[in-house]
Amino acid sequence: MITSTGWIIITGILAATSCALVGTFLVLRKMSLMGDAISHAVLPGIVIAFLITASRNTFPMLIGAGIVGLFTVWLTEQLSKKGRIFHDASMGIVFTTLFAIGVILISLYAGNVDIDQECVLYGEIAYVPWDLWIWQGTNMGPRPVWILGLVLIMNITFITLMYKELKTYSFSPQLAATLGMPVGLIHYGLMGSVSFTTIASFESVGAILVVALLIVPPATAYLLTDRLHRLLLLAAFFGITSAVGGYYLALWINSSIAGAIAVFAGIQFALVFLLAPKYGLIGRKIRQQIRYKSPKDAILSQEPTLP
Amino acid sequence: MKKNDTNITDSTTGQDLKSDPASTISPPIEVHDLTVAYDQKPVLWDIDFELPESSLTAVVGPNGAGKSTLVKAAMGLIASSSGYTLIYGKPLDKQRRNVAYVPQRETVDWDFPISVMDVVLMGRYPHLRLFQRPSRNDREVAMDALREMGMDGYHKRQISQLSGGQQQRVFLARALAQDASIYLMDEPLAGVDAATEDVIFKKLQELRSQKKTVVVVHHDLQSVPENFDLVMLLNLRMVACGPVASTFTDENLQKTYGGRLNILSQIIEQSRQQRFVRESES
Repeated sequence: MITSTGWIIITGILAATSCALVGTFLVLRKMSLMGDAISHAVLPGIVIAFLITASRNTFPMLIGAGIVGLFTVWLTEQLSKKGRIFHDASMGIVFTTLFAIGVILISLYAGNVDIDQECVLYGEIAYVPWDLWIWQGTNMGPRPVWILGLVLIMNITFITLMYKELKTYSFSPQLAATLGMPVGLIHYGLMGSVSFTTIASFESVGAILVVALLIVPPATAYLLTDRLHRLLLLAAFFGITSAVGGYYLALWINSSIAGAIAVFAGIQFALVFLLAPKYGLIGRKIRQQIRYKSPKDAILSQEPTLP
Repeated sequence: MKKNDTNITDSTTGQDLKSDPASTISPPIEVHDLTVAYDQKPVLWDIDFELPESSLTAVVGPNGAGKSTLVKAAMGLIASSSGYTLIYGKPLDKQRRNVAYVPQRETVDWDFPISVMDVVLMGRYPHLRLFQRPSRNDREVAMDALREMGMDGYHKRQISQLSGGQQQRVFLARALAQDASIYLMDEPLAGVDAATEDVIFKKLQELRSQKKTVVVVHHDLQSVPENFDLVMLLNLRMVACGPVASTFTDENLQKTYGGRLNILSQIIEQSRQQRFVRESES
């Protein structure tokens, strides 16, 4: 029998791994904040799904969030394409508006609704062991574990099957298009995965910390490797260490688990940023010192930069 | 060069009949009526051309003439207000594998975590099905392509650890690995070293002798007569298109460059093209 500590850590690991895998592609596409936008914008989707079904059943919420997530991506692109608005500004407009609509919907129905802003923003991974899925009278274990496990399997399947397409698309969407790849399918497939991952991780770690898990572990891994497959594995690894390390950090300082996970991820990043052998700050400084003994050497040994 | 309606109906009926004898007569690439506008402002106006097999074509014109836009629009990478491209008489979307596009070097992220080999292998992807992984044979084809560009010792390097000329060679190797019939290259010779220039020109000649159709957006007018068969002079409109001997004349160049063609302005033009101009994506 798995203890409640066990369930919390498993939940954290599943969420962190899912986020790290799709987050890697967001970071590579220089769309890191799209995860942020989606994680906030899906709120009205969740609330509407909740109001329609009148239950906290996660599947309608997943679908509602998925639809609004893709709508966010689409609307952001349309605004910047059709109007005289930069892409980042357009993202800012879309997600804040949608999020605010979600907040208003919650506050309007706050009296008879069992979701609150606190939970949406910060999540509560500590309650996971008691959020059980009872199926035909049998206790199947915590519900979030099932949902996050399902999302993780979906993400792994998507990335394995579409690996060469995702790789080409994130390297250069133009190249992918000229090679005849289904660029739209790849793009919205990826954004769909981000939406599902975000909403599934939502309840446990909250909207803000989902963003940390989407971006920080991939960014940490990016400083350590030059190959995409290793980047994915390392990102997942750093996601897992954040989840486990964050849990014990929270126990130690007696604070919010979700917060500690994000802090732990941040500390990991800072260490790697300083100490990474090739792209770390210290390593680069030392190598410069060794390579160039005098300023003249530095200039002479520089490769001519072509225009 | 005028659009003709019989040609259009021919090709539309030809689509239904696969391996119809007419398709062997169709030219490798024909572009009809192509007009591109950014925010209502036309940047390419009514372009029509056909190019034969075994040809090397240089696309030249002043900065902002729409050379890159022409190649991108012909590849369907940017929306055009009108016009279409036919590849061997068939729509482009059915012929993607047959057309290799080499984008400008600046348009991709060279810090992306992949090796030289990975980039070249992308040329093999149109030959693979969805979900299918590259085979050993695909790797050999990619390796051969690298060897042909003199880059076989570099296959394990991350792509940012290459010089500009080497990066360009890797791009060309990718196109070669695709084993296409038509090659569209956007400024493959911009800012490369002399050795790379030689390798690329030699490769272009080889492609021609292998019956390929090669179109190169080019900025160095001096090297046109020596290295190309056909030339397309572009300045928003097609000024002239034809064999270098009869088309690459002072008069046509004057028309294309609008009297700005003295050595000084040419130098300014080139430095602008290489350093400052970014085609806006919108």
